[in-house]
Amino acid sequence: MAKAYTKAFVLSREMIAKDIYSMWIKAPSVAECALPGQFVNIFTGDASMLLPRPISICEISKKEGTLRFVYRIAGKGTAKLATLGSGDEVTILGPLGNGFPLILGKKALLIGGGIGVPPMLELAKSLDNPIIVAGYRDEIFLKRELSAAGELHIATESGIIGTKGNVMDAIEAESIEADVIYACGPLVMLSAVKAYAKKKGIKAYISLEERMACGIGACLGCVCKTTKKDHHTNVNNTRICTEGPVFDAEEVEI
Amino acid sequence: MNTKVSIAGVEFKNPVTTASGTFASGKEYGDFVDLSKLGAVTTKGVANVPWPGNPTPRVAEVYGGMLNAIGLQNPGIEVFKERDIPFLRRYDTKIIVNVCGHTTEEYIDCVEKLSDCDVDMLEINISCPNVKEGGIAFGQDPKAVEAITKEVKSHAKQPVIMKLSPNVTDITVMAKAAEAGGCDGLSLINTLTGMKIDINKRQFVLANKTGGMSGPAIKPVAVRMVYQVANAVSVPIIGMGGISNADDAIEFLLAGATMVSVGTANFINPYTTVEIVKGIEKYLSDNNFSDVNDIIGIVK
Repeated sequence: MAKAYTKAFVLSREMIAKDIYSMWIKAPSVAECALPGQFVNIFTGDASMLLPRPISICEISKKEGTLRFVYRIAGKGTAKLATLGSGDEVTILGPLGNGFPLILGKKALLIGGGIGVPPMLELAKSLDNPIIVAGYRDEIFLKRELSAAGELHIATESGIIGTKGNVMDAIEAESIEADVIYACGPLVMLSAVKAYAKKKGIKAYISLEERMACGIGACLGCVCKTTKKDHHTNVNNTRICTEGPVFDAEEVEI
Repeated sequence: MNTKVSIAGVEFKNPVTTASGTFASGKEYGDFVDLSKLGAVTTKGVANVPWPGNPTPRVAEVYGGMLNAIGLQNPGIEVFKERDIPFLRRYDTKIIVNVCGHTTEEYIDCVEKLSDCDVDMLEINISCPNVKEGGIAFGQDPKAVEAITKEVKSHAKQPVIMKLSPNVTDITVMAKAAEAGGCDGLSLINTLTGMKIDINKRQFVLANKTGGMSGPAIKPVAVRMVYQVANAVSVPIIGMGGISNADDAIEFLLAGATMVSVGTANFINPYTTVEIVKGIEKYLSDNNFSDVNDIIGIVK
């Protein structure tokens, strides 16, 4: 699996909800080996913001050599990325990380919370009609695409759409059962998912995030605690950018 | 054209190495650059036993650079010897092993465990700002610098480079102390201690509160310190601090560094090291120098 440090071209960029942007880029060398659950480091091109922004891959078109990112403006860097338009050049490094293990022939439950929803889309497209539970505050995004990729259930904090509450409330309210869980979202959600999977006796694969620098496993900036001694670091810390961002929930302490 | 430089009898094919901690043991960046193109790979600090490092967040972006407080997480010397040295030996490059410790005994233990290893040079980290004991505590007191240098030198089988901190009033005092202790060379600068506060959360961005600042913004400080030290001691210098391109590297050479290390710039462009090797060659050729040694320390 080759990583590339390359120039890419922005094909389109649109705001799809408040502060949530969708961007397609042309990057054949990255798209050809990208997997669901992986991420790409995007450089802002601004000398005051040197470090790349790690952004999860939302969709991959190997045929077109394109990638889609859906991200939230969380600071100056992502705000800068949101100014990129069609035809703009952007430097990227990727694909990075391990991605979700694709377990076929089992009923999969995909749980996304907030800006953890986007990586669920490519994953859903790679599985056979999975159940998807997407949790939002109030602003819904990617509903149409997720509905086409699986059986979509929505939870919103305000209750404007779907179950009022969080993703776990929706799972309970809709009596959702599955054989394997994939999740990405805030840490508090991932902790609840981990506890739920343990109670049900099923595997949960969770995608973590942390502030990163290199993105390729050299700087040791983005580690998380592991239950067992990590093979690479020889301590109970593993690299989210390299051994992750997706982990078997039982193997990490969150 | 000659691009070879020598430090303590070790010959490097060019004056470019990596700054410890930014390049691990080379494997990750080996996906991008041919490590055989580098003068040396300087490895991430290693201790006599594994260190877990600091809690996260460990890194933060700041204007013109970044802060880190990794806390010298490392797998310990045994794993390093078994895994990282054989990996690097597959390449035609020199190996500089950065050694860290909390106490003199820990440094010595690690240095002794490296004595039978096929590595070219040791770089002793007495300047890490992110560990509570050891590290920088050794690097801010000239008596301690001289003592630890002497101790390490008396146990080391390879040439010893002492890595100095910029977080001192007068870095030439520390440089002279290391020279008096018998070091074979000096590395400077390590990171500058910094801090970042998230004004919305009203808390420190780094779990460690403070971190070491690196990146282009610290380069003028580093060039100044290399110049000062080069004019205060006679041992060779490996210069570093914010080097992002060949022009930056050449500044350090002109200021008096025999070699340069590339650190944070690797995170921004993984090809930086080899681009600098090429850029130095082009500069020499464009300016009619036939030997890189002819530009070292010529700006007085």
